[in-house]
This record gives sequence, C-alpha cells and structure tokens, in this order.
Amino acid sequence: MAAARDNREKMLERAMSRYHYSGDALIEVLHTAQELYGFLSPDLLNTIARKLKLPPSRVLGVATFYHFFSLAPKGEHSMTVCLGTACYVAGSLGLMNTLEHRCAKAGTTSPDGKVSVGAARCIGACGIAPAVIYDGRIMGRVTQEQLNKELDRIGVK
Amino acid sequence: MTIEELTEQQEQEQERQRGLENRICVCTAAGCISAGAEAVKKALTDAVKAAGKEGKVEVCGTGCLGLCSKGPMVRTSADGALYGDVTPEDAAALVSDAPADKAKLAGKRLDEKSDFFSKQHKVVLSNSGRVDPERIVDYIAEGGYQALAKVIAEMTPQQVIEEVKASGLRGRGGAGYTTGLKWELVAKQRSDIKYIVCNADEGDPGAFMDRSVLEGDPHRVLEGMAIAAYAVGAQQGFIYVRGEYGLAIQRLQTAIKQAERERLLGNRIFESGLQFRVDIRIGAGAFVCGEETALLASIEGRRGQPRQRPPYPPEAGLWGRPTLINNVETFANIPPIINNGSKWFSSVGTATSKGTKVFALAGKINNTGLIEVPMGTPLRTILFEIGGGIPGGHKFKAAQTGGPSGGCIPAEHLDTPVDYESLSKIGSIMGSGGLIVMDDTSCMVDVARFFMEFCMDESCGKCIPCRAGTVQMHDTLVRITKGEATETDIELLKEMCELLRETSLCGLGQTAPNPVLSTLKYFGEEYAAHIQDHRCPAGQCQALAAGSKESGK
Repeated sequence: MAAARDNREKMLERAMSRYHYSGDALIEVLHTAQELYGFLSPDLLNTIARKLKLPPSRVLGVATFYHFFSLAPKGEHSMTVCLGTACYVAGSLGLMNTLEHRCAKAGTTSPDGKVSVGAARCIGACGIAPAVIYDGRIMGRVTQEQLNKELDRIGVK
Repeated sequence: MTIEELTEQQEQEQERQRGLENRICVCTAAGCISAGAEAVKKALTDAVKAAGKEGKVEVCGTGCLGLCSKGPMVRTSADGALYGDVTPEDAAALVSDAPADKAKLAGKRLDEKSDFFSKQHKVVLSNSGRVDPERIVDYIAEGGYQALAKVIAEMTPQQVIEEVKASGLRGRGGAGYTTGLKWELVAKQRSDIKYIVCNADEGDPGAFMDRSVLEGDPHRVLEGMAIAAYAVGAQQGFIYVRGEYGLAIQRLQTAIKQAERERLLGNRIFESGLQFRVDIRIGAGAFVCGEETALLASIEGRRGQPRQRPPYPPEAGLWGRPTLINNVETFANIPPIINNGSKWFSSVGTATSKGTKVFALAGKINNTGLIEVPMGTPLRTILFEIGGGIPGGHKFKAAQTGGPSGGCIPAEHLDTPVDYESLSKIGSIMGSGGLIVMDDTSCMVDVARFFMEFCMDESCGKCIPCRAGTVQMHDTLVRITKGEATETDIELLKEMCELLRETSLCGLGQTAPNPVLSTLKYFGEEYAAHIQDHRCPAGQCQALAAGSKESGK
C-alpha cells in the first residue's frame, strides 16, 4: 500500500514538473490528481497549492467550480445518468428518480459506499438515449427494469 | 516532410488501398461503440484470419457513419454496401465473397438511395466513415494536408483570408460571425505572439457534431487550425475539449503525435518558415466554458467565468495576446474551401448562410444520428425525409435547436429554411447543431423548466441577473408544472426574460430566456392549461397527473 502511494506522489510531481509548476496548468494538474487518487482531498489540494505557488483559495475555487472534480471519495460502483435533452425526452428523469430513491442523491454516494450517483449534461450518446454511464461504460436505451435488475445484482437494497 | 513527399505518400496509400480485395470499415464512434462495435471489429479481424485473407482484406475502425440508431454500422468497399445492426455473428459473411453469404446479410443492408442518405450533402463529414482516424496516411490518401501545402506554396496570408472571406463561411459555434472577418481582425494585430484556439467544448445537451468530427476526422481540424495559423501569424494552438469526450481526446492526442512526427505540425512545416504547435486542454465540466472569454480563462487555469467584452479576443485573448477562436466545425470547413475554392463552397446554401451544416438528430425521431445538409434546407425535409418522421404513430410537436440558448419550433414553422436569419426570426437560433424532436408526449412547460434548470445549474455566478434570475425563473416554472401558479406569474416570467436578456454579462444569461419565450409564444395554451385547469395536456407533470399538488416531480 505504502509503495503504491509513493508512486502516485511521484506521478503527480511529474505532471506538475511537465508544466514547469506553472499556475496556469492548475486544471491539468487537478485532472491528474483526481485520476491518481480518485478524489481531491483537502490535503491534496493544499499540496497542489503549495507546489504551484497559488493561494489555497484559488485551488479550492477552481476545484469546486468545475463539475468534473470530486471532493469526496467515490463508491464501489458509479452510475451517471445523462440528463441531456435527448435522454430527458426519452425518460432519463425516471431513471434518475429510481437511483435517487434506491441509492443516493445525484452527486453523492450511498451510505453503504456501494454506488455513487451522478448526473451528466449530455454525454453525446443521443442516438441511443436514454444513456447511463455505468462504471465508465456507456449503456444505451436503458429501461427501468434493466436498471432495477442491475441494482439488485450488485446488491443494492 | 516536403510537399512532394506528401503527394508521394498520398499516391502510395491510394495504390495500396486499390490493391486490397476489400476494406471493411467499422464505425467506432461513441454511439456504435456502446452498441457493441468493438466486438464486431474483433470478430471481423478474426474472420479475416480464419479465411486466410490477411493482407487482402483490411478491417479498420472509422468515424461516424451517421445513422446511430442502426449501430453498429459497417461499410465494405468491395461491394460498396453499408450494413446496420451488425453483430459479431455476421463477421464471417461480411468477409466472405460467396453470394450465399451476401444473401444472408441482405436484411441488414441499408438502402443508401433512401432519403436519409440521398438528401444529405457532405463537406465536413466527407471523410467520416472513410478514413481511419488513427492513421494519418488514411487522411493523406484522401487529399489531407494538401490544403496546408497549397497555402504555404502558393498563397500569401492575405490571400488565404480573402479566400475564406469570399467563401462566406460563418462561425459554426452558433453566433454565426463571418469567419474571414475574424481572421482579418487577428491578422491585423501587431504582436509577436498570437494564439489559435479551437472551441471543442460542445456543451449543448443534445449536440454531438463536434465530438463526431474529432472522433472521425481529427486531422482535418488540425489542418484547418494550421491554415489559420499561417493566415493570422500564430505559433501556438489549443484545442479545448470537454472532459466527457474521452475517445475524442485520445484520437486527437494520437493525431497530434502523428502530425508532429510527419513534421506537419511543429517547426518549419513543409520546410517553410511556418511553425505551429497544438496542445490539448481538457475541460472539467462547465457549460459556460463554451463562452469564449470563459474558455480562455479556463485555458489559463482559472475558473471559467466570462469577462466583459470588448476587448474581444482578437485584440486581447489568451494571456492578453491576440487570439483567434473558432469552433471545430468551422476549422473543419477550411481545408475543402482552400482545396476547391471559395466559389465552390458558396455555391451551396442561401444568400447569407453559405455551405452546409452538421446536425445531431435526436429525440422522438426514427433516424437518430448525424447528418449534414445544405444551409437553407427546410426543417420539414430534415425531420420527415432524412429523419424518417416520428416513431410510434405519435404527432410532431416541436423541434428544439440551439440547446438551452435556443427555442422550440412548432409545426406551423416546419417549412422554415434552416439558416442563421430564418431561425432567429422565429425565436430560435442555429446554435451549434443539436436538433431535438419532441412529440405529443412532451410537455412544453416542463421542457422550458428543464432548460431553465440547466441554465440555473450552469450559471457561473459572476453577474447577478443570471445568477439570481435563473433561480427565480426556475422556481416559477416549477410552480406552473405543479399547478400552483397564477396568471401574474406569467407576467413576472416575461419581465424576467426581458431583464436577463438585456442585462446579463454573457451569452448564457442573455439567451437563457429563449426556451421560455418560444414556448410561451407557440405553446401558450399549455401554460394556460397548467395554470387555469391544473392539467398537463401531455400528462408529463406528475403533480398534476396524480391530481394532488403535494407529490412533486
């Protein structure tokens, strides 16, 4: 575990040095940090602020401004419902209701840490609406039955 | 690489492709991938091996073939056929040339004489589905980078600008500013550092044109940017791509690496004085970053908040330097304009809107997918001939263009030609090209609420009209969908629309009222039904459908 962590620190350091520790590269560095650690903890944000010589307020400001960055750990699985117009017309709000009812509110993780629920602003899969990104894979033409079945399968009560 | 070497590569690759018995192109754009295109591609590769046809039959992944609703799609060069709903089990028959095997596939063969294909006119998408986006020689074989070679060898920067101006090309990002004029503005600035920015932050829900272009033909965008760099005198380019577009980012990275290796990007391009590098900047999920000054702030590593214009980016853009910002589709139009001339380009389209426009067709329509039509094509042709009409025997209610900044177009305006002026005349906008169809099961009040919720969430919070106004308007719309509103709320809504339009800092707030205004104008009776009769005609608003005011949506 410890060895793995050292490695991540090194990789983050490498990303920052690639941009010459320039504050302009903050968003790129945050992308890398989230890829490595899964989410942006306060310690991580402070480290980045120190290394890029930016006020912590600016780093936190940027991290919270963009939807992509998460300040809390993610669940075992992630389900992100596309709420773009095509998916909305095809009934994605119903899918979202099911997830919010059975797992957690959008943008949060269920108390048992099983599923992180997210909402996306159009993932561009309009041809196969409604779409859900399930653990990084796009599922198209999702029905309520399919979704409920999958939740049952992974043990969501 | 020299220009002679480019032409040599082009001829060699064309020769190689002619020597193949068959070239099987599998659409590997995001839509087809989620329908299982990767498995189909693997099965095809295995089938080629099994049939002992390696070297004679080639399997390649290509960009979007258009008809996403029939994915995964496959095109075979031997018989020039296009197949839809292909499964891995079809692989052997696709590879075989026995008539019996071909007969098995007859049911999956798509008729390219049908309206969906025959009414389209492909300029931007001409390579999509033909070239492997991960191989630069594929693009070169189709005449790629010849336009860049031409401007360097034969044209002065001023001539390039004149050509783009003469073509009448207007920005495809939505606002429709004349591209050549923008280029001229940047070219005129005296500065030793200038930037080119490609706006690929395609944020409108329901729009996936730019993603498809980047996934299917990334080199075309790079070539367009390099030509722009030559014309305006820039040395550095950035492509700002949405973080959600993983595949597009990956293909762009590959394309940039390949172009650098072939010396088509970098120093001394075609052994001339032109140097141009391109870097990718990945967005982090903020719709407002599609606004140009917010996008620039984001590239600089700050919050994506717009600033007051003027000064416009051509004068003071990235790090205060002159910056040319164009959308993906705009850049993609540049190489064909240079290759074929401005006259060729402007022969298509209407008096004020030249060329073609790519649309993403989605919603309640039979043929969902990506289409490209001449400017000025009537909406009816797009929806009922190319789009194949409304499925399930339902009735057309509205077409939505321009995303949260656009409007809903009712049946009475179906004969409107699609161009910048005509669409704005009926209260919508061209936008970037999302075209979403709604049928009689969609509640237009709820549609307005949906877009207002979007704008409320995506408001950056810098200016008060947008930050506070969108919340107020959303609340009012929610009350209407719950049957709790009165006539005065409509008046208030209209007043707020006016306020946001007049006083917001950027386009997001200024255009946020459009969906509300257009639905009020064309579907006023639906608002009235919610307010006066506590009834949702489409049966979508749950609070009203259930007959109780407590159970919210």
